[in-house]
Amino acid sequence: MTTTSAPLAASSSFEKRDGFLSRIADPTFNIVTVGLLLLAAAAIIYPLYFIVIASVSDPNLIAQGKVWLFPQGFTLEGYETLFKNDALVRGFGNSLLYTGVGTLVSVSIILCTGYALSRRDMPGRNFFMILFIITMFFDGGLIARYLVVRDLGLLNTMWAVILPGAVGVWNLIIARTFFETNVPAELREAAQIDGANDFRFFFKVALPLTKPLIALMAMTHIVAYWNSYFDAMIYLNDESMYPLQLVLRNVLIQSQASASLDTGSIDSYAAAQRLGELIKYGMIVVSTVPLLIIFPFLQKYFVKGATLGALK
Amino acid sequence: MTSISTTTTAPEPTSALDPGPTRRRVSRRRSILRSWQLYVLLLPGIIYLLIFKYWPMYGAQIAFRNYNPADGFTGSPWVGLQHFERFINSFQFRDLLVNTLTINTVGLLVAFPVPIILALIVNQLPSERFKKFIQTVLYSPSFISVVVVVGMIFLLFSPSSGIVNNVLTLSGAEPVFFMGDPEWFRPLYIGSDVWQNAGFSMIIYLAALTAIDPSLHEAAKMDGANKFRRIWHIDIPGILPVVTILFVLAIGNIFNLGFEKVYLMQTPLNLETSEIINTYVYKAGLQQAQFSYSAAIGLFNSVLNLILLVTFNYVAKKANQSSLW
Repeated sequence: MTTTSAPLAASSSFEKRDGFLSRIADPTFNIVTVGLLLLAAAAIIYPLYFIVIASVSDPNLIAQGKVWLFPQGFTLEGYETLFKNDALVRGFGNSLLYTGVGTLVSVSIILCTGYALSRRDMPGRNFFMILFIITMFFDGGLIARYLVVRDLGLLNTMWAVILPGAVGVWNLIIARTFFETNVPAELREAAQIDGANDFRFFFKVALPLTKPLIALMAMTHIVAYWNSYFDAMIYLNDESMYPLQLVLRNVLIQSQASASLDTGSIDSYAAAQRLGELIKYGMIVVSTVPLLIIFPFLQKYFVKGATLGALK
Repeated sequence: MTSISTTTTAPEPTSALDPGPTRRRVSRRRSILRSWQLYVLLLPGIIYLLIFKYWPMYGAQIAFRNYNPADGFTGSPWVGLQHFERFINSFQFRDLLVNTLTINTVGLLVAFPVPIILALIVNQLPSERFKKFIQTVLYSPSFISVVVVVGMIFLLFSPSSGIVNNVLTLSGAEPVFFMGDPEWFRPLYIGSDVWQNAGFSMIIYLAALTAIDPSLHEAAKMDGANKFRRIWHIDIPGILPVVTILFVLAIGNIFNLGFEKVYLMQTPLNLETSEIINTYVYKAGLQQAQFSYSAAIGLFNSVLNLILLVTFNYVAKKANQSSLW
């Protein structure tokens, strides 16, 4: 056992040499890392906080750089204009509709398909699985997809926003794995002996056991549909059908807010410009608040989703 | 939410009720019939797949044809590689390729390590409550939509009233027209990407870290290893397989990342650095209705992606035995 003494000796000489360093190593590490994380947290929170206080501050004071920590020259003018804006209110309604219907459609398809694919006794299971997985690596491309949606006559309908991206293979794999691990085959065999067929078993036994999965999928899709704008931009021409994100894009990024306001004289043009800025801050708040309200619930499921995905 | 995938499906276990090879065919037909209810459950998914995934794949052949709406996908005349040649010989080709590659490789090099470092640090935090708080804050921006994030960039970096330029003016510098300067497009794009997504990507690594056997840390502590040494010798090797897989996937998507956001951040003034292959496909295809030409560009893009993915997966497999398939 002479060999073990060599590393021991080495490590004790290391202790002696770096005694001071290794004693302060952990406290230093803690101070530096906690400091770094607080800095990162501030970098994330401050812009969001600034948007909120800017949305209720006097636009002139913002432009002069006087708004830092608290709202200055408190005003709700931005929000008043905002809620009188038809496009925004309609966009909000459209987004609610698309998010609701879209989530319902997506989650139903994912649950049914995921369950069927989780059944090892279904003939052709591997074939169907491969069929789905191929689409993760090959894609027809934007143009071909657009032409398909057009040929189906879905342009300018709610379904163009909902259907093309309704089922993500990734979510399907998560669902399948969840059914596999949480609905044991023994349970099904017991139910079969009691006379339950596949439908009955799926709806009465399997689904009630998968509430966490249903919640996870619902949350994921609510966020995804609420935040999406691209499909709407491609497939919808009718402005009255625009979802909130598309209205936001037109105002925030293409800056059409001031154009729609009265721009009679230079004075009022400048005023409109400033009000436009105020409206923009307000819009960000209004569009993000619904998600922030459900953030505590959302968070739990999001983490679960990411982890499930990672460890699969 | 596509991140990692496993392309391998477990081999079908032979059922305990398997009657043996002689009656296999009969029993297979019978078991297909018996499973009709499962097929009904599968049906919506399959219909979706055929219509919205495989039909466009079939339609991608218009890249080799002169697509004419009246004749549909298969009725238009073949033109071979004409559209591909036109793209490769076009004057934008070099710029598009360079822009696409620079934004995404630089983005990858900057953004990829950040969540790993965050996870390693957060994992070592002594207080559970502080850990929770930091995690919540770090991934809160991932709920915000791309439109809002880009809107925030436009507002905060605005030359006349943005807070960033206010800071610059107060400290005596000249205000910068960030969104109109091609030089600033990449830093803003990559920076905001890290801001929005690093916290969420961190979760995956944190999960991988919790899977590491705690007794390794205990043993290292007994041997007098400090936190930094334990991270270096235990945590990093422990999450290396996950890191490799995510890196391969990120490489495989190098031609695809961030199309929506790049498109939103484009202004006529920063096109010089912000025009990428995917935004060009959108403009040429859907705005100018050159369906075949832009389908060819899209296909060219996908093929490059696939080649990268396969190559890097092969390299990763050789290097440390973790790969996608």
